[in-house]
Order: sequence, then structure tokens, then C-alpha cells
Amino acid sequence: MKRYAMVIDQSRCIGCMACISACVQENKVPFENFRTRVLEITKGKFPKLRTELRAELCNHCDNPPCVDACPTGASYKRDDGIVLIDRNKCVGCKACIAACPYDARYINEEYGYADKCTFCEHRLKKGLEPACVATCIGKSRVFGDLNDKGSEVSRMLAENESRVMDKAAGTRPRVHYINRYPTKR
Amino acid sequence: MAISRRNFLKCAAFTAGGAVLADNPFVKATAAAAMKKEVKHVPSYCEMCFWRCGLIARVEDGRVVKLDGNPLHPQSRGRLCAKGNAGMGLLYDKDRLKTPLIRTGERGDGKYRKASWNEAYAYIAEKLNGVKKKYGPESVALFSHGSGGQYMGNFLEAFGSPNHSHPSYAQCVGAREVAFTLTYGQGPASTAERVDMANSRVIALFGSHLGENMHNSHNQDFVDGLGNGAKLIVVDPRYSTAAGKASIWLPIKPGTDLALILGWINIVIQEKWYDRDYLEKYATGFEQLKEAVKEYTPEWAARETDLPKGDIVEAIRELGRYKPNVVVHPGRHYSWYGDDTQRGRGLAILNALLGTWGRKGGLWLPPKVNLVKMKQTLKYPKPRRESLAFGDYPEAAGGITTEVRRATIDGSPYPIKAWFVIGTNLMKTLPAPEKTKEAVKNLDLLVNIDLMPTDMVMMSDVILPTTSYLERHDALAIVTQKNAGIAIRQPVVNPWKNVKPAWLIAKELCDKMGLGKYVAYNTLEEQMRQQAKLWKIDYNELVKTGYIPVADSYHPYITEKNQPEFATDSKKIELYSSTLDNDNMDPVPKFTRHKEPPAGTFRLIYGRSPVHTFSRTMNNKWLWQLKNENEVWLSATVARRLGIDNGEKVFLVNEKGVRSNVVKAKVTERIREDCVYVIHGFGSTSKRMTMTYGRGIDDTQMMSHYATDPISGTNGLRVNFVKIVKES
Ligand code: SF4
Repeated sequence: MKRYAMVIDQSRCIGCMACISACVQENKVPFENFRTRVLEITKGKFPKLRTELRAELCNHCDNPPCVDACPTGASYKRDDGIVLIDRNKCVGCKACIAACPYDARYINEEYGYADKCTFCEHRLKKGLEPACVATCIGKSRVFGDLNDKGSEVSRMLAENESRVMDKAAGTRPRVHYINRYPTKR
Repeated sequence: MAISRRNFLKCAAFTAGGAVLADNPFVKATAAAAMKKEVKHVPSYCEMCFWRCGLIARVEDGRVVKLDGNPLHPQSRGRLCAKGNAGMGLLYDKDRLKTPLIRTGERGDGKYRKASWNEAYAYIAEKLNGVKKKYGPESVALFSHGSGGQYMGNFLEAFGSPNHSHPSYAQCVGAREVAFTLTYGQGPASTAERVDMANSRVIALFGSHLGENMHNSHNQDFVDGLGNGAKLIVVDPRYSTAAGKASIWLPIKPGTDLALILGWINIVIQEKWYDRDYLEKYATGFEQLKEAVKEYTPEWAARETDLPKGDIVEAIRELGRYKPNVVVHPGRHYSWYGDDTQRGRGLAILNALLGTWGRKGGLWLPPKVNLVKMKQTLKYPKPRRESLAFGDYPEAAGGITTEVRRATIDGSPYPIKAWFVIGTNLMKTLPAPEKTKEAVKNLDLLVNIDLMPTDMVMMSDVILPTTSYLERHDALAIVTQKNAGIAIRQPVVNPWKNVKPAWLIAKELCDKMGLGKYVAYNTLEEQMRQQAKLWKIDYNELVKTGYIPVADSYHPYITEKNQPEFATDSKKIELYSSTLDNDNMDPVPKFTRHKEPPAGTFRLIYGRSPVHTFSRTMNNKWLWQLKNENEVWLSATVARRLGIDNGEKVFLVNEKGVRSNVVKAKVTERIREDCVYVIHGFGSTSKRMTMTYGRGIDDTQMMSHYATDPISGTNGLRVNFVKIVKES
């Protein structure tokens, strides 16, 4: 069994938004909705500044509050860890949207179901990486199987200090952040 | 949030405790998907910007559904940027020009009638013949950017005019090419800057805001370099994305870059950081250089640049320590202050001292290729009068748009009476746009060939709608990364019904004007096949793969056998330029102070968003949703003083009283107090650009002034001062 995860090396992100653009096209994400975003957070006072670029997406949590909140069983977690929505069961009630601490979901207005990042599971089936990973200009996003100790994601986590978003929420995200090459000053 | 019928049904179904499957459009969609779709993967190359990455289009039933990077192509390496990924936003833009249009009202009032291609050509031919008869063929000028320029350039030459100019020269990279050619005998870029960032130990950037300026493989190299542990030094008055990655950020006072460069050159010489053997072998003029820069002490540089002396010294020592595997990036957009050739000379000299040209981690040598482009079989007529597009500038190396504009206004040395414009929105490109309007008034004919009804297009007499890069062939491209290769552009889908590729427009115009004999092919593809044959490349293979590398072209670094050649007078790197000496220009750059913003005003600086190319992409809905308006970056300290809050609505007023559109203030620590910053390209005045019309500040509109570089004739665009005013 695979244990899918994404590791984002923030030191390699240049905020170019290629990931968002690729995701929108690959997944036919409706206009002005997004499954991923890139935040730019600057701290400090001129000229002593520091910027964090943080790509965010569905964390495919191991303890997913969206799944717990879903009244119809439309939101579910697969054995490989991917959190998905069964569109036939989804009634668009938005309970999952309220439950998700990461603002990862939206309602597809045309069809009325909740939607979000799927780790491009339709591409994984064909042996392709998620679209955002495939196009990432800085190779900041890396995707793979944590059950494979030799995979790049496993190595990245083994060799670096990593974080997840909002750890205290107890959601146990599958999206991990590292900063392999922290800048000085 | 709008409630669609489906939503409503969903809610109803939920309360009823069941699902209304029959009405579920997803089920229908899945059923439809099961019906066999015709899926094709077609390679081509991108032109959302001019990096021109290899792409593979996924086409389903004749519609582009996804664009991916071609893994074979060295400028994409399997990846596309946000713009490249959003190419279908251009292809399927509902505001695209769909048919030829002929003006019916006054110029600029937007009234047109639809015309057939024949009518449009006939109109153009009549006007052109009139201009030719009255003023001579040289009175026709062409402004071009992008792939279409070559075919229209051929048309211009066949017609008998030498007046072809490009904003990419005077409003962008021209001064760099001149500066590096004076120093090394060639520019630092082929199609792409030959900066070996992936292997650099230390990278220094002068205002090159990588990350925000998205050129695909260049950014890949940049990040790979950082990933390999390169130290980064960023010189920029603004804390750019790149500055956010820097180990040393030098927030320089705008306009003083040359002071820092000269200070660094002096330190390199005084502290002997230079590569002595390299200079002995390849360079000339060291003693003269040494003498000329000795006055530029670190203390002096610190005063001029408003930077801490310690940081200045530490940064250059860092470069010195790791030389020659370091690089001071030559930059790309050069039109800053009007002494840009000399700034470029400074950067060229600094690189020479550190021995970076031809060294790993420095500036790699161009690939060796022996690919001759097919010659025009029939010689074009020789114009009776010389091109006026080079002005009187001793080293002008490209057609200067602002010279052609000037001649159009004042008629000297001879009048210009017709303009063809292809692929460039001159109203958002040339400074002092009121002068562009003035020039247009003097024209007997203005033709725009474009996809979109841009500001410039909407001033035309005749508008010819052209194809996007996804719908056409273009002449085979020679790609010159470290390896050379050949890339193909081919239609991935059929073109829109009544639009034509530029090569066909140029051919048909030639036919109409009785110049058909100058065009040796019926279809461009015919010529592409011939070209491939000449280069001994399998065309059919190229059609399938999109890119074919040229064998044995990889020779990036100096070795005993691979020696660099310098096409300068001395055949060496000229630290001291005898050419400039002959031109009565400074043979070694000298620093002159630029005017500073008067009290209460700020220098207007500008830059890029990674999701936009100039003003070309703002109407693309998939990019629009990522960035649809710029904001004014304003120092938090200044904002406090002026009582401006973050997000508050403001506008700019320049020294001539020109008022900008209203946008939000971005109050930030990320910029110096003496300047404000906007992203270039917003503020369309064309109502037909429905997504972007009227949105954002047009920085070009605020550039009532511009400086002129006396060596290259290129513009300096960062010489405008603005006030910032609250809307309320
Ligand atoms: S950098 Fe982006 S827009 Fe430019 S050619 Fe490459 S993919 Fe296209």
C-alpha cells in the first residue's frame, strides 16, 4: 500500500504561481476558485526583512475533520491517504468547508458539489505526478510514497526538519514543509 | 454566492434525505467522457512570453485542454510557468480580434466596420502606394515584437524601407547588448541569458527580479543554484522575491547602481580579487581601468548609494573569494536612467575582472553551431535613403522606436507616413505616450496586426487579426542553451475562422503590392521543410518530438582546446574601450549623479508579475484571476507620514500633472522611502479588452519624461517622479 505525501521545500519556492495555473487547467477548476495558493508573508522592519513563500493545498489529513463533518459520507479517505469527495453523494451542504481548518475546499457552483485538491489522483493512476508538482519551476513541490524509504519525499523528511500546518489542530497533514537552504541574515 | 438550480436541488435532496441522481450533471459528464474522445499530444513552443519554451499540447476533440512543458526542450525541461500553463486563455479569449476591421470614425474613437481580407489589403495597398509616390518607400515604418516580426520585416524590405524598429531594443535590452559587445565582442545572451546560475557559488543580481520576472529555465537555474548552495547578493531598492532569498540584500538608492559597480571594481583591483592570469591572457586596458576607478572608494560608494560600507565590501569580497565560479548577472531590462550602456559596461568589466566569461558558474560560452538560415533568394531593393531608426547614436545596434516616432512627428531627416505594428502595444511600451498619439496624427496609414484589441490596435486605420502561437507555424527556431537545438512551432489546433498567421499576411500583402516574387514559398511549412533538409534534420521527427538537439554543440567552458573569441577591435576583452574613446565617450564608465525626486515626490519604478508578460496577458481570464490589478508599493514609513493605510485607494500624479488610475496602496517595509513601485502593463484604455479595461495603473502613462543613452540611443525610463494622492 502506498502512503502518498507531498513535501514542499519552501527555500525553492519563488512564488511564480505556475502550480496554481497548472492545477486550474488540469482539474478544470471553475473561474476564481482555487485548489492551491501561494502565500507571501514578509516579517521584519526595513531593511531587516524575511519573506516566507508558502504553497498551500488540501493537506490530505490522516485525521480529516472534513470527513468527520460530512453527513452523507461523500468525503472519505482512501487507503493510500488521499482524501476525496464522491460527487454523487455530495449534497453541497458545506459542512466540510466549515470543518476544514485550511480553507482547502470550495463549492463547484455549476454542479453544486464540494471540491478540492485530489493530489491529481487521475494522473497518479497513469503514473504521472500531480500537475502542480510536474510544472513547479523551482522543484519546490515533491510528491511520493512515504512507505518507500528510498523515495525523495521520504529522504527529504528524514534529512530535514519538517513542519506541518497547524499541528496543534491534530489533523495530521500529509503535506510537509521543509526549508532545506535557509538564508542567512 | 449564487445558488444554481443544481444547488437548490441538492439542498432539497438533502432535506429529503436522498440524492436526485437523474439530475446529476456529473453522471452525465462521466457518461460523455466515456464516449471516445479524440486525444492528441502535439509539441510546439510557447509565446506567452519570449523565452519560448517547448510545450506539448493535449488536444481533445480539437480543443486544447492542457499545456505541459516538453521534457526534451532545454528551456522548459518538462515545466511551464503560470503563463505558459494558461495559453488557452489567449487562444479562447472572447475578446480576440475575429475579422479584419477598417476604421469608420475618427482615429481613436473605436468605430470600425468589418471588412474582408481583400478589402483590407486593397485599402492598405492604395495608401501605401500613395505614401511611396509622395514620400518614397522609406517613409513606411514597422514596429515589431515576437515571431511575426520577421515576416513583416521581409515585407518591409521588399517594399523598400529600412525603418524597422523594436521596443525590445530601446525600451529593454538594447544597452546591455551594446555594452557587452563593446567589452566582449558579443552580448551575454543568445536566445537566453547565458548565466550559469545552476553552478554558481555566488550570484549577484542588479534589479533582476527573478521569480517575479518569469523566464522558465532561467528561474529553474536560479533555484538550482540556490539549492546547490550558491550565496545570493541582491541589489534592489525593493525587497523583491529574489531579495527574500538573498544572504546580502543591498537596498540601493535608485539611480546609483553604477556607483556601486565602480566602487566594487575599485575594491576588486585594490584588494587584488581579480583573476590575474585570465586578464593577462584575455583582456586589455587593465592599467587604464585601474587609474580611472581609483577615486571610487568604498566610502564614496557608500555615500552615493546610501548603503552601509561594510555590506558593500563584504558583498564584493564574497564574489572575489569564489571567483571565477561566480556571476554578476548581466540583467535584461536595461532602460533605466539613460547611462545604461555605461552601467552595462561596468557589469561587463566586473565579470571580466572576476574571470567569469567562459567559466563554470559564470557566463557560459555560446554553443557551437553551424546553422545557416535560408537566404532570401531574390535580393531586396536597396533603399535610397538610410534607415533613420538608428538616430545619431554612435553604437546604436537596433532600430530605435522613439527615433522613428520622433521622425514621424518632425519629419526629419525625412517624413514617416505609414506605420505597421505587429505584436507590440506601443501605447504601453513607448514612454511619453502623448508623443505616440501626436505621431499617429501625422500618419496616412496605421496598420496593426494583433490578436487582441489593445490600446494601440484601437488607434489603427486597419486592423488585421492574427493567430495565436497555438494556431500557426513559425520558421524553425534555433535554441541556444548550453546545447543548441532546433524547435518547431506548429498549429496544435485549427486557427479561428477568419484570422491569419503573420507569414500569410505578409505574403498576401506582398502579392497585393506586386512584390510576390520576394516570397519563395506557398506555405511556410514548405520553407520549414527545406530549412530542415538544409540542416540535415528529420522534419517528420521534429513534428513528433518538437525539439532536436544539435550534436557536438556543447562547449560552455574555457578549456585548452575551447578558447573564447572576442570580436572586439583588439580581439580581447576591452576593459578600456577604444571604440568609446573614438566616439568621444568615456572609455571607462564614470559616475554621474541623476536628478533626485523633489520633496514630496517619489521615483516611479516598475517591474513584473510572474503571471503577466508586459501588457499582453492582462485580459487572459486564467491569469486575470491570479493578478488583475496592480497596486502602488509604498514604504510603511512614508505611508505613516502621509496617513495612507494599507489597501487604501490612491492615485499617482507625475510632474507634468498626468494622473493615474486609482488603485490600492500596498503599504510595506519592502521598499525604500524614496521610490514607489508598480507592476508594469496594467491600465488598458481599450474598452474591447473587457476583462482588463481601466484596471490598474499604467506606469507608461506616468512616464512623461525619458532619458536617452548617448551611446546606444536607448531610453531611460526610471526618471519620472510622482506624488501619491489619496482618492478621498
Ligand atoms: S517562460 Fe512561461 S510564458 Fe515564457 S515561454 Fe516559457 S512557459 Fe511560455
